[in-house]
Amino acid sequence: MIELTQREVVPLVLRRRVAVALALSLVGLLMLLGRLWYLQVLHGEDMRLLSESNRIRLHRVQATRGTVLDRAGRVLIDSRPSFDAVLVPEDTRHVEETIENLAHLLGQSSADMHSLLTQATSRPAFEEITVRRDLSWDELVALETHQLDLPGVSLQITPRRKYPLGTMLAHLLGYVGEASPQELAADPRYRMGDLVGKTGLEKRWEKNLRGINGGQQVEVDAVGRKLRVLREVEETPGDTIKLTIDLDLQYAAAHALGDRNGAVVALDPTTGAILAFVNNPSFDPNVFARGVRPDEWRALSTDKHHPLTDRATQGQYPPGSTFKIVVATAAIEEGVVNPFTRIYCPGGLQFGNHYFRCWKKGGHGAMNLHDALVNSCDVYFYQVAQRLGIDTIAAYARRFGLGLPTGIDLEHEKAGTIPDTAWKRARMKQPWYAGETLSNAIGQGYVTATPLQLANMIAAAAVGTRYRPHFVKQVETPEGEVIYTEQPEALGALGVRPTTAKQVRDALRDVVNAPQGTGKKARLKNVEVAGKTGTSQVVKLGQKRLKAAQVAWAHRDHAWFVAYAPFDAPRIAVAAIVEHADGGGGAIAAPLVREVLEAYFHLDPDGKTDAYAQNRSSPDRTF
Amino acid sequence: MLRIDRRLIAHFDWALLAAVLLVIACGLLTVLSATHGPTRLVSPLFVRQAMWAGIGLVGLLAAISFDYHWLERYGYFVYAGALVLLALTAVAGTSGGGARRWIALGPVSLQTSEFVKLGLVVALARALHRHVGERRLTWRNLAVPILLTLPPAALILKQPDLGTAIVVLAAAGAVLLVAGLPLRWVVLAASLVAPFLPMAWHHLKPYQQRRVLTFIDPQADPLGSGYHIIQSKIAIGSGMFGGKGFLNGTQNRLNFLPEQHTDFIFAVFAEEWGFVGACVVVALYTALLLRCFLVATRARDPFGLLLAFGVTAVIFTQVLVNVGMATGSLPVVGITLPFFSYGGSSLLTSMFAVGLLLNISMRRFTF
Repeated sequence: MIELTQREVVPLVLRRRVAVALALSLVGLLMLLGRLWYLQVLHGEDMRLLSESNRIRLHRVQATRGTVLDRAGRVLIDSRPSFDAVLVPEDTRHVEETIENLAHLLGQSSADMHSLLTQATSRPAFEEITVRRDLSWDELVALETHQLDLPGVSLQITPRRKYPLGTMLAHLLGYVGEASPQELAADPRYRMGDLVGKTGLEKRWEKNLRGINGGQQVEVDAVGRKLRVLREVEETPGDTIKLTIDLDLQYAAAHALGDRNGAVVALDPTTGAILAFVNNPSFDPNVFARGVRPDEWRALSTDKHHPLTDRATQGQYPPGSTFKIVVATAAIEEGVVNPFTRIYCPGGLQFGNHYFRCWKKGGHGAMNLHDALVNSCDVYFYQVAQRLGIDTIAAYARRFGLGLPTGIDLEHEKAGTIPDTAWKRARMKQPWYAGETLSNAIGQGYVTATPLQLANMIAAAAVGTRYRPHFVKQVETPEGEVIYTEQPEALGALGVRPTTAKQVRDALRDVVNAPQGTGKKARLKNVEVAGKTGTSQVVKLGQKRLKAAQVAWAHRDHAWFVAYAPFDAPRIAVAAIVEHADGGGGAIAAPLVREVLEAYFHLDPDGKTDAYAQNRSSPDRTF
Repeated sequence: MLRIDRRLIAHFDWALLAAVLLVIACGLLTVLSATHGPTRLVSPLFVRQAMWAGIGLVGLLAAISFDYHWLERYGYFVYAGALVLLALTAVAGTSGGGARRWIALGPVSLQTSEFVKLGLVVALARALHRHVGERRLTWRNLAVPILLTLPPAALILKQPDLGTAIVVLAAAGAVLLVAGLPLRWVVLAASLVAPFLPMAWHHLKPYQQRRVLTFIDPQADPLGSGYHIIQSKIAIGSGMFGGKGFLNGTQNRLNFLPEQHTDFIFAVFAEEWGFVGACVVVALYTALLLRCFLVATRARDPFGLLLAFGVTAVIFTQVLVNVGMATGSLPVVGITLPFFSYGGSSLLTSMFAVGLLLNISMRRFTF
């Protein structure tokens, strides 16, 4: 151990340098402490907030829209659960890869997916982007099994609207669609992708149907997987709406109209409750609920038969001879004729330099008002109209609700036209010509009305009071509390003497029940029906009336029939129009209405109701 | 083999051992928290780490069992052995995370760069202890230490493991400075090297370049390379004063924290125990630091002093860099927090190092 002495010497300067190093290290540790103070105490609140927003996401749970039922509780609109694929780009550090995989699994080009992403640039961070709605079962399985290749992608259950009736009732029920930017701006409760009622009942009763969306505070991990629900606000489904529609009658009416263009409206004359509401052609709201494709939209909107038009409330047709109900009522009430006043019909009337034809070429001979209505004699009404004048006729027409909207809770209802002198002056800057009174008195010329208006007219004739047509019977909250019940709303009595009303009704009964009545094809065995036919010309065809078969389809007459039953205690009023029919109202529309009434009164002359029963069991069937 | 000498026990630095064991206990607790799953508390990783702590304790005892002067004699062999292992790793090592850092040895894989840190310190002490004195080091004295430092630093940099390379260089530099390297030479060298830094920049791997840039502005790419720093700062900060509670760190539990049981374990701890807990750990490390330096200054001979200081420098460069990185004060370089981070080689090396310090400490009066 010779090195011993050397070993003992530790130069002092060495120890000093170590001390300096120690001091420097202590300074370093002190700086770390300062940094920790800065992060944890001074900025602790902010950092805590950041860590919370890291892990907690708010998920909206879309409320299931309310169910819509018919008056007997049968489902008209329903919701079904569906799965959407959603992507949160912040949850993956390899968005490209995820999109690539997703596009591959869903059989879509990744360019499409990218465009989805670029569209959603203004969305808040961590908000989900829906990349595919309503996944099919196969797609669902594919995404589930490849979850590990798809960081940032998750599945979301969304209730989706289902219209099991298809085209049936489509115009009345309407449809839902994704909220538009305007709708989003108008109501803060809507978020991108929410479903909003766009038309019909779905739109008008949106507030009841939409329910209250729920929310979940969900804890997620770094790749966005939902781990647990921290807090939850249950969603409240929408209210259940029960309609006044009778699905059996609806099917019967649709069956009666068949594939012919036209509309059938049946309502309860004592309340205005709509029992059946048929339009043909129609459209399938399911197409809209899932998002209509441009080509589908083009096909629907350019179809020459206008399937998107709600004929019942927007189709304005000349009412034809059904308008004689108005003129007859006015004539009796105003005293221009009495029940015994006879007018001779030679088959036409020369007025000025124009010869106005009666529909019956040979003429009806001399008849009183009753027979003139039963036979629908045009000449009689030409004469009566001259005595009344157009302004009086128009006033009575308005008492029947013509020329103004019925007030049904549907958008874009049309008012039809009831012309008078003031109207013509305002509209055409021309005086009213006396000859025009003649053609308008038989529901031609300027007069137009919607099928719903005519249903309301015949209902008013039946009970003497006009009600606001409506189709919502009852609204019930999910808890079963009834928050709305239909209240029949009288819009005004006809205000005619009972004897006047009786005379008109008696005549309407004989239209159907008298041997020479023009509406005898609407006759029922054991229920007394009253009604009026109408055949409205689409174009002036000159002097000669031609058979339907001789005329181009678009130039053929419309066939009308309006009716109510039972005669002595009316419970149902029906208006039906067949566009461009193969014959007049008596031949074409009257039997159609009879079919509807048979269904309503559960008459089964030739087993037709069995067919309705079959339809009911397969509601997807369209007519 | 282990001779119990009463005098040795009398001079045993119990405070140092206690400080180390407390830090290790905190570390184990945090590894438990960082690796527990939703269904099971005790992960296999935790069990492994606990086993390594046991092995480390054996290593610690082994490191005090012999007279550290033995290292003076065989220091170069120790160094050579460690370097060979490191070179073997470069040839036959297993890769992980894009770097070849481990060498498989039966069921365990060793991170050989950990051992080489100690080997280098031993060799440096061996090379320098005869030249220390009132006079500064000369150029000639410097040649050997520099030749000793460069091969392991180069090999580690090649793995690539910038963090460990920095630790190795920093510790070697510290030892040289204490040994008497004139500061003005360092300044001179730095001013000579500075013009070549842009060249060195191009030699950094893209991910290393990104890390440096990210340190300057983490928000530039918050989901990319800035992610580590941001999430770690959020974790630490969100612990606030009192912490979120054991096992309740959401940043940790929900995996927002990257490498939560290794490089960013301090963030896990600080999130769950708050500023109070962080202060306790920093205090423990400070106590450890003070004891280590005490060992160095009290060392009986220059070799002991240099060895003790070198070992201390290795440990505390890592502590400062690791916590600095977790708190966003330094760029992200992957190095472990001694006694804390998951990793057997790291724990074993650190405990062995503490054993050496205890060894030097208790033999300060022996001849």
